[in-house]
Amino acid sequence: MPVFDPTTTAILIVVLLAGALGLAGYLVLSERKIAAWIQDRKGPNRVGPGGLFQPIADGVKMFLKEEVIPAHVDKVFYLLAPIVSVSTALLALAVIPIGPTTPPPPPLPIPSGATPAQLVDQLQRQQAEYQQQTSFVLAPGLDVGILYVFALGSLAVYGVILAGWSSNSKYSLLGCLRASAQIVSYEIPLGLAVLGVILMTGSLNLETIIARQTEHGPYWFILFQPLALLLFMISLYAEDNRLPFDLAEAEQELVGGYHTEYSSMKLGLMLLAEYVHLVISSFLVTVVFLGGWSLFGLEALLGDTALTAGLKVCILCGKMLFLVLFAQVIRWTIPRFRFDQLMNLAWKVLIPLGLLNLACVMVVLQWGLPWVTLTGTSLLLLVGAGYLSTRWQGSVSVPRRKVVPLPPGLPPGVTFAPQH
Amino acid sequence: MPIPESQVRWVEAPRLGLWEQLYLPAVVEGLKTTVRHLFSPKVTEEYPEQEPKLPPNYRGVHRLNRDEKGRVKCVACYMCATACPAHCIDIVAAPAPPEWQADGREKYPETFVIDELRCIYCGMCEEACPVDAIELTTLYDLTGYTREELIFDKEKLLSVYDYTVQAGTDPIRTQAGRLGPASEPATFRRPTHS
Repeated sequence: MPVFDPTTTAILIVVLLAGALGLAGYLVLSERKIAAWIQDRKGPNRVGPGGLFQPIADGVKMFLKEEVIPAHVDKVFYLLAPIVSVSTALLALAVIPIGPTTPPPPPLPIPSGATPAQLVDQLQRQQAEYQQQTSFVLAPGLDVGILYVFALGSLAVYGVILAGWSSNSKYSLLGCLRASAQIVSYEIPLGLAVLGVILMTGSLNLETIIARQTEHGPYWFILFQPLALLLFMISLYAEDNRLPFDLAEAEQELVGGYHTEYSSMKLGLMLLAEYVHLVISSFLVTVVFLGGWSLFGLEALLGDTALTAGLKVCILCGKMLFLVLFAQVIRWTIPRFRFDQLMNLAWKVLIPLGLLNLACVMVVLQWGLPWVTLTGTSLLLLVGAGYLSTRWQGSVSVPRRKVVPLPPGLPPGVTFAPQH
Repeated sequence: MPIPESQVRWVEAPRLGLWEQLYLPAVVEGLKTTVRHLFSPKVTEEYPEQEPKLPPNYRGVHRLNRDEKGRVKCVACYMCATACPAHCIDIVAAPAPPEWQADGREKYPETFVIDELRCIYCGMCEEACPVDAIELTTLYDLTGYTREELIFDKEKLLSVYDYTVQAGTDPIRTQAGRLGPASEPATFRRPTHS
């Protein structure tokens, strides 16, 4: 399939986009349903059987709403923001495997006695063989794969910043400031977490990462990099503005956050972009840490190729859906962080842990130690971090920093100041 | 006026141990709670299909009771109209018909109008009534297209009586001159949700 055919690609793009948008609509429904169930309610159940057509009603409602462009906005950037949000979110779908994949062939070794003609022949045979394989990716064999996803992920913050800045409203501005600070901070642990896996596979290509986890049995990277998975998921929730990190749109404080001034389908696009981000990041976790389309050899039971391909698509999308639902349950499990806690978590916990974990991976790979060592070091780092924070926690009578009592006469509660 | 240092009492926050500092066990505990609620029975009442179970002393639409001969029980004493804090009761009294006078009835209400939109459903009228002629029923779904529709006259209020008697939803607060079980707090039960 790596042969480029404009027609097939166009059809694939349409199918993938329609699938992603439809999925996003139904994820909104599942979010509402899960929220309701956790709060002992029943959730939307009026449109269609069990509320199954609710996304359609929501979509129609969004289209029919009055389109308001407030007079005080910067029109160009105001209109640009939803476009940037949605397009960066959807573009990342191009490299995400959604089913069985074949990694691109490794570079050809050049034996000393080989003639150029032989090498060319060998290369052509290798390429022909690769082209007969199927890959359920829009742009298969893209060697910058994961880098491309991260690049688009960090571009997505422009949608937020543009929306907040151009809206010319205090709530939007505060929301976008929070979002940009948060996303910039959490990009680092996100990258550090996935770097370990990239070192272990030696490739940025997502198909190769799956192949590396499946070629010797189900050795998923969750087994060797549990800490990285934890850091990755925490950072992803922060990147996607999901609770417990949804300070950018904390309704209690900021009305609607950065999209306060948006209405009608522009608001719809903004919300859609967030769900597409959630879908893409769940795909990414599945591919990088959870072995992609493999499921303990279950995917190989059906011999027939077409059936197996379907099964693999189901497995991969099933894992992705599980992660999305998990995020929606987590939303009602962990309360929202305060902004200083959010920054502390990123800079004082996640980044040091990510760096140490990366150092462990480098040591293990350099001296050729077995990969199981990394499981141990991950657990050790986690427990070590917990132990350190028990040692370093301060209290009122034993403050973490040296303090001096302030002279009386200040407002109540202002009694101590840090000693310089 | 600042608080003097001698009056300030510092409360020590409990120190977190290793288990708490790992946070993951706490997250798992939280997940257990949310997942339990995910599958627990729901408390939603789907109103139009599912009638709410109201406490028997619920104060809804008024009714005018009839005596044993089917006549309006009200004696037009104006006690309810006087007690009403919202001034929503309007009574015009008239001498009772001669055949009523044989039973000792001197006055009867010629008109008895309650503005259901002004009423605050406090129940003072039924408390004030010396003959238990006016009562609040458990009917709650009071709707209309115009304001005039919700100004209930004597016939309408008597028809509410007929309806509630037929439906067997008599209010239990006042029954034939004595207080009903709802006046005793120990017997009051919250409605149980299905």
